[in-house]
Order: sequence, then structure tokens, then C-alpha cells
Amino acid sequence: MVADKTREAIELAARQSYGKLLAFLAARTRDVAGAEDALSEAFAAALATWPEQGVPRSPEAWLLTVARRRLIDAGRRQRTQVDATATILLAMDELESERGAEGDIPDERLRLMFACAHPAIQPEVRAPLILQTVMGLDAATIASAFLVAPASMGQRLVRAKRKIHEAAIPFRVPEQDEMAERLAAVLDAIYAAFAEGWSDPAGAVARERQLTEEAIWLGRLVVSLLPDEPEARGLLALMLHAEARRDARRDGAGAYVPLATQDPRIWRTDLIEEAEEVLRIAGAMGRVGRFQLEAAVQSAHASRRTTGQTDWAAIVALYDALLALSGSPVVAINRAVALAEIEGPAAGLAALNDLAADARLADYQPYWAARASLLAAAQQKSAADEAYERAIGLEPDPAVRRFLQQRRAAL
Amino acid sequence: MQYMLLIYTNESAMAAAREKMGNEILPAYVAYTKAMQDSGVLVGGNRLRPTSSATTVRSVAGKNQVLNGPYAETKEQLGGYYLIDVPDLDAALSWASRCPGTQFGTIEVRPVWTDY
Repeated sequence: MVADKTREAIELAARQSYGKLLAFLAARTRDVAGAEDALSEAFAAALATWPEQGVPRSPEAWLLTVARRRLIDAGRRQRTQVDATATILLAMDELESERGAEGDIPDERLRLMFACAHPAIQPEVRAPLILQTVMGLDAATIASAFLVAPASMGQRLVRAKRKIHEAAIPFRVPEQDEMAERLAAVLDAIYAAFAEGWSDPAGAVARERQLTEEAIWLGRLVVSLLPDEPEARGLLALMLHAEARRDARRDGAGAYVPLATQDPRIWRTDLIEEAEEVLRIAGAMGRVGRFQLEAAVQSAHASRRTTGQTDWAAIVALYDALLALSGSPVVAINRAVALAEIEGPAAGLAALNDLAADARLADYQPYWAARASLLAAAQQKSAADEAYERAIGLEPDPAVRRFLQQRRAAL
Repeated sequence: MQYMLLIYTNESAMAAAREKMGNEILPAYVAYTKAMQDSGVLVGGNRLRPTSSATTVRSVAGKNQVLNGPYAETKEQLGGYYLIDVPDLDAALSWASRCPGTQFGTIEVRPVWTDY
């Protein structure tokens, strides 16, 4: 009984405090890997001593004290200039905390996120790095979610941490003049984590489902720490809208259900309402951006729940605005599909044909699926058949593959 | 960089799902193969007949013996392979994840020795 309670207390501390403690330690030493080691030793020490001595009054402060001592010991052993400085800083902190006693540990997770999403860090390792440092996910879990070999994900994370240390990447919230660009990198990383969890084929793999929840949690954290940044709210609204439709993506037999034929009654009203409120506050700030526009597209889809119809003209206008911002071929595909809803498949196909020269689309399933469906609507059967075949061959999700095969068979 | 995608599935389960095989699985493989060709990554590949048709040759006490059956009795059997040429492991894993075989078994991704 007592042991169970202690274990629970340790798990709770790990969930609530890991990122906060790591951010605090790493921000002082710029040594993320060293801070991780010290923190995991502190958790091991908690496992060893709490069952006998009881859970301390402030588990967070206890863990921080132990981890900090480990770091100071490690710093003394290494005796290099940088580590010596770090050691002194840590020692001063400790003195200060002893004098100041009960003060809360400052929340520096945002600074940690900005370090992880720094321009000097490779873009594709930023989201994994944030998930590992702020959320405490292990490299194998992250590797599996991002479809990368565990060993190479581990290596990338190690290299990125070394870079933070050796290049002395600062742990700070950027000044206003560079905030927009730097925040975009943080938000991109969070969205990449969400998208990895979202593309989980069966919608049921516990670990990947957790990834969307972790991303939403991070989104909420950024909003709470940067309440005046509308794009942070835009991202949160976008993720909430998508999450609201999670269960509607599959029918009772596990078959794929596209957005157009989903039953809005299965959508989660609480999440939609929260998303609308978050987006409304963002919009009132008067600084439009990519995530707010994407969330607005999702909001337009969600309005089918109350009006029974989708406002395709509004959606095309939003995609036009997005396209002007980003020039992304992915946006252009979505815009072509929305355009076809208003002006017919020929108009949509003409818009898609403008993209055909983009080599990036050759292996991009949504391009071929969109093409196939518009060709089918335009009664161009043999071309539709070819496009369906390409889309099927590029689709990793068995349920979506089956759906496309049925569409192809119905030509 | 060349990688072999080795497709391991439970062949008796696959044989039992004959209808699904014809309607869904084989057409999915055809589409998958075509997508690899269209992307220019496919070097080669084959579907193998069941392990009941396998014969093994091994040396026992210095003398070659021919035996009926596969190399080892396992729950999942090698059912086919693709050889692809892609820039790196991530690209290979991305193609492996699209293989219809992941739905019924395991795809092993192995880099190929190219310097002899």
C-alpha cells in the first residue's frame, strides 16, 4: 500500500515536474544531456528513499536539490572552464534557495523550447528534442512515432544536445523583433508532434494517441506562457478542432470515413467550443498568421455541425490567404479540392494541373488522392483509375487504402 | 544506398484469407510496386511461393544434405522482398511503412553491402 502510494507520488512528480526541472537545470549549465543524467539519478534516488522515509513535502524541491548536487559533483570531476562556471552558478543558486527557502521553482520550459527550436538546430530534430526534454518521452518512443530507426533518432538527439552545449545556444525567450520567426519554429515543432500522432493509422495506438495529447498540452503551455501571441492560440485551436474529430474518422467496423461524410454528432462538442473560443481571442488581437487561418478552415468545417452545410466559398478564401502566406503546394491541393466543390471538378483539376510540375508531389499521397477523386467526378475513368492506383501505392494506412480501393472499384 | 525490404507474414493466415487476397491485398501490392517504379526507387523484388515448396541444402558432417522444407519453422515466413535504392534509412523506412505487408506481419529493412 505504502509502496504503491510512493510510486504514484514519484510518477506524478515525473509527469508534472520533469520538464520544469530539466529546463531549470539545463538553462544554467546549457548541458541538456548532463541535466538529464542528473535528473534521472534524482528520480532513482527518490525510488530508493521515499518508500522508507516518506514522500517529502515538496517533491519538486527535493528532486531539484538532489539533481543539482549530482550536477555539481559531475562539474567538479570534469574541471573544464565552462563546467566550472556552471558549477559556481549552481552553487550560488543553491545558497540562494536555502536562504529564500520555500520559493517556487521558476518555470523556464519556454526558454528550453526556444533553445530546442533554435535556427542552429536541424528542423527535423526540433520536435523530437522538445518531446524528449519538455515532456520526458524516451528516444525509442519518439523514434517510433516519427518513423525513424531508434538508433538514429538517439544519435540525432545526442548531436543536437551537443550542439546546444558546444555552440552555446541561449536559453532565452527572443526579443519582440525576432519573436515571430522564432516562435514559428517552436509552433512548427509542436504541430509536427501532433501531426505524427494524428496520422496514426488505426487511431488507436495508445502511444501515438498520447502524442496528440502531449502536443495539445504543449500548445496550452505556450499559450499560457505567451498569452499575447495570437499564433500560439491559432495552433491550439487547430489541434483542438482536429482532435474533436478523432473518433469520427473511423466507423464501427474500423473503416475510414472522410471528413465530408463524417457524422457531426460524433464530433466532440467540448473541444470544438474551446477551439472556437481560443480562435476568437486570437482573432481579436488583429495579427493573422498561418495557424489562425488553418484553424479558421477547420472552424468552417465544424460549422456543418450546426448549419448542416459547409461554407466552401469561405474555405477557398481562407486557402487563398494561406497560399499568399506560405506558397505551400499542400495548401494549393486543399484549395483545389475546395474550389471543385463550388465550381466543379474541371476547375479543381485545372488548379491541380498547375501544380503537376512540382517534383515534391510525386510521392505525396494526398495529391494523387485529390486528383483521383476529381478525375472520377469528371468522368475521366481511366485517368482516375491510374491516379487511384498511385494513391493506393503511396498510402501507409490500411483503412484509407481500403477506402481508396473501394472508390477505385466503383469507377 | 540500397536496402532490402523483407516481408514476413503468416502464410497460413494469408492462405485462409483467399478472397481478401484477391480483392484487396494483391491489388494493394500492385499499386505499391507501381508507386515505387514511378518514383524510380525500385531495383527489384519478388513474391515467393509458400515455404511448403522450399528445399534446403546444408552440410552435415562435411556432407551436403538436401532437406524438404524451409530453413526454420517460424510463426511468420519470408513471403517476398523488394530491393530499393534510396538516399537514406529514413527514406527506406518510409517506403517500408507503405508496404501492404505491415498490415499482416513485419517488414525487415536491411542495408545491402555494396562494396565487395
